[in-house]
Amino acid sequence: MAEKKINLLVKVWRQPSTTSVGSFVDYKISVSPDSSFLEMLDEINNDLEKKNLEPIAFESDCREGICGTCGLVINGQPHGPIPKIATCQLHMRNFKDGDTVWVEPFRAKAFQVMKDLIVERSGLDKIIAAGGYISVNTGSIPDANAIPISKERSSIAMDAAACIGCGACVAACKNASAMLFVSAKVSQLALLPQGQPERTRRVQNMVKVMDELGFGSCSNTYACEAECPKGISVKNIARLNREFILANVKSDNIEA
Amino acid sequence: MAKLDPKIPAGPLQEKWVNHKFNMKLVNPANKRKYDIIIVGSGLAGASAAASLGELGYKVKVFTYNDSPRRAHSISAQGGINAAKNYQNDGDSIYRLFYDTIKGGDFRAREANVYRLAEVSNSIIDQCVAQGVPFAREYGGMLDNRSFGGAQVSRTFYARGQTGQQLLLGAYSSLMRQVHLGNVELFTRREMIDLVTIDGQAKGIVVRNMVDGAIEKYSAHAVVLATGGYANVFFLSTNAMNCNTTAIWRAHKKGAFFANPCFTQIHPTCLPIHGEGQSKLTLMSESLRNDGRIWVSKLKKDMREPNDIPEEERDYYLERKYPSFGNLSPRDISSRSAKEVVDEGRGAKGGDAVYLDFKDAINRLGKHVIEERYGNLFEIYETITGENPYNVPMKIYPAPHYTMGGLWVDYNLMSTIPGLFVLGEANFSDHGANRLGASALMQGLADGYFVAPYTIGDYLASAKPKKESLDHPAFDTVKKENEELIGKLLSIKGKQTVDDIHKKLGRIMWNKVGMGRNEKGLKEAIKEIADLRVEFWKDVNVVGTDKDINQCLERAGRLIDYLELGELMARDALERNESCGGHFREEYQTPEGEALRNDEEYAFVSAWEYKNLGSWELNKEPLIYENVQLATRSYK
Ligand SMILES: Cc1cc2nc3c(=O)[nH]c(=O)nc-3n(C[C@H](O)[C@H](O)[C@H](O)COP(=O)(O)OP(=O)(O)OC[C@H]3O[C@@H](n4cnc5c(N)ncnc54)[C@H](O)[C@@H]3O)c2cc1C
Ligand code: SF4
Ligand code: FES
Repeated sequence: MAEKKINLLVKVWRQPSTTSVGSFVDYKISVSPDSSFLEMLDEINNDLEKKNLEPIAFESDCREGICGTCGLVINGQPHGPIPKIATCQLHMRNFKDGDTVWVEPFRAKAFQVMKDLIVERSGLDKIIAAGGYISVNTGSIPDANAIPISKERSSIAMDAAACIGCGACVAACKNASAMLFVSAKVSQLALLPQGQPERTRRVQNMVKVMDELGFGSCSNTYACEAECPKGISVKNIARLNREFILANVKSDNIEA
Repeated sequence: MAKLDPKIPAGPLQEKWVNHKFNMKLVNPANKRKYDIIIVGSGLAGASAAASLGELGYKVKVFTYNDSPRRAHSISAQGGINAAKNYQNDGDSIYRLFYDTIKGGDFRAREANVYRLAEVSNSIIDQCVAQGVPFAREYGGMLDNRSFGGAQVSRTFYARGQTGQQLLLGAYSSLMRQVHLGNVELFTRREMIDLVTIDGQAKGIVVRNMVDGAIEKYSAHAVVLATGGYANVFFLSTNAMNCNTTAIWRAHKKGAFFANPCFTQIHPTCLPIHGEGQSKLTLMSESLRNDGRIWVSKLKKDMREPNDIPEEERDYYLERKYPSFGNLSPRDISSRSAKEVVDEGRGAKGGDAVYLDFKDAINRLGKHVIEERYGNLFEIYETITGENPYNVPMKIYPAPHYTMGGLWVDYNLMSTIPGLFVLGEANFSDHGANRLGASALMQGLADGYFVAPYTIGDYLASAKPKKESLDHPAFDTVKKENEELIGKLLSIKGKQTVDDIHKKLGRIMWNKVGMGRNEKGLKEAIKEIADLRVEFWKDVNVVGTDKDINQCLERAGRLIDYLELGELMARDALERNESCGGHFREEYQTPEGEALRNDEEYAFVSAWEYKNLGSWELNKEPLIYENVQLATRSYK
């Protein structure tokens, strides 16, 4: 582990509120390469607070890459330059002394900037509420081993279930589409026997709400997969498309 | 001293819960809609309770400070969840899970609660599978298990290294289904800052809207706190950044007794601290101890690279001291042993860390097996430290992780305030003085899916509480108190940042109320914390206004509660003149350095009643063991 500090110029998007105009503000910092990116922002904030200036508003919680709260665009890339990690897992050893670093919020029509680097992503919850579940009440359940599921199938379902709901796929997409996020949940449940009874309704309802909320459509550029911190595969989008087509053939209870 | 009635049902242990459920009053299905229930917290405990109560037809309101219920701290649990399924045919049973949990808790938990926990554990796994939780499976399609510290059977269910995530997403999806159906209303980015009581009963809450700063009032027939633990009192812990004690602490100040505040768990396998800018500590799942071997050099200040230290100069101290449990010894014992060897100067390169080595496991099982079992954990380790654990042993060190203490609750999970229920890590109920691995997820979901939906129904049907109007003056009084408190915080304009002071508190807690405690240190801590509180109110600078998103104000509000709770933790530790579980008083140890319990005088729950700032009265709930024999916990 290196000990020498690195000096950076950090250009951070500051925007007091949703309706106000934002701009980049420069900060100079000398930071340990063992610090995380968010710890570097903490240090800037601690200095600002000491000078009685408002700290940079940004969100994080677990700082372990699992809660999906953090999410910054760093040098133009959602979650920064290293693939398959969330912003909170990025460490300063990936930057060089003298670098300039640009920090912006996730930008998408369906994600409003609330303050500085904080955006509102509740649209993703609304899509889940529309059908991202198996309708089972507490207690009305068979023994867990009553339905054998092959290790392979369960493992592919788990790959899809690993989505942390961060919204980087939306921010990465030029159409601000939430297809990767939606396809991950649709795939997980379509792959499992428990998910079969609602397979048709689920995909239709989730896609409908996604469209209503102003997320764009998917034009297969795959920028989402490249920026996804959990490596959710675009194969899930292909599966979603198949599910959706099949659902429209099969179902008669939805007016499109 | 108030009389604490734990309301443990009569009858044999195995029949208590069944009989109790039968004896409960039920709310008529058509009437359930008329009852409002507030739930604060959307972690495993809160989300599962909200979903289940919504399904039953109650009108539920869920509050969380996160932007989405799916972000709750439960999401980061890695290792797994216990259940007494005995799918492995290795001798497990409800009774064994009960016994292991009681013993793991060093005989400081209530028998009846723990037995119920073991009893409902199996339904939790069934429930989660039905929701589509992709637990790990074997080739035959059956569920796989692993073993965890403090147990000699394989009873832990897991979903790669993301068990908490998958369980929480299961509960969250059920919750969102109820939101969609209109039974549950969601209030995100809201921080509960006070409890409203009227005639001694819980009637509602006051929250801060974290977007526009408005102080809002909500009223209900019952209030549920499922707000998690308080390990962030140490500043550095494995808990998520926003975890805090505000909800339970402010309820404590409104009359809810706080039980066993000093029982904190220091987790043995976390990444060591890298420097002053460290913001939190990362846990490396304890499941790593299944295959990793823990060691340090036999020599002091050994600056050699770990791979250059020959086998005969290594001390596998857990295997040496506890041959039958070895690297899987319970957390308190493993943590303390690590501190001992580091205090002797034998830490990794003389520093605050010990080695966790996979070389033997890789030689025995092959790299691919280790990769399959722990691949993502190894990746996390490498991302953070820049070192590859397939080639170089990991460096680990203990860190504050979990708080067994919490608000006192009776068997029905109701606090000393009628109508206020407390679930999950926020209560004190099931883990005694030490929690076993993979048992917190179990408890959170047991409370939320299978206990609270019954006991809350019973309370509503038998106590017939009334819902108060928001115009009741009690709501406005509490609202005004909090507006004034916020105004005061913003007006101090001192020189230190909130984090500066929180770090100072953390240092006092870690050094004097951490892994090893003694009378002198605790007395000093009590004074130092009280002084730090004065310093805070004189010299902190809370930047910004109360009219918009203000994270500095959020942190300051949480810190004022930690500055009071920290003192109570030290007082509780000072009062308990014995060593048990996570509470190690240096004065009370055997000649071999093992914890020395004092069952004659301390087989009780300490339940503290708030009087004034810095003043509490101790109430005791005696622990009566009818089924297990109190034994010296031995893992040798
Ligand atoms: C890194 C890590 C790994 C772990 N691994 C395991 C494991 O493998 N197995 C295991 O059994 N246990 C594990 N644990 C412990 C376990 O995760 C927790 O004890 C458990 O998840 C707590 O769940 P909970 O529902 O009680 O609270 P939490 O999940 O902490 O949820 C608290 C909720 O309350 C809300 N809240 C809190 N205060 C307020 C307020 N004032 N206003 C509004 N909302 C509020 C939060 O927003 C959140 O929604 C682990 C813990 C950590 C830190
Ligand atoms: S699919 Fe990937 S990028 Fe999109 S929300 Fe899920 S984890 Fe984030
Ligand atoms: S803070 Fe949780 S994923 Fe980054």
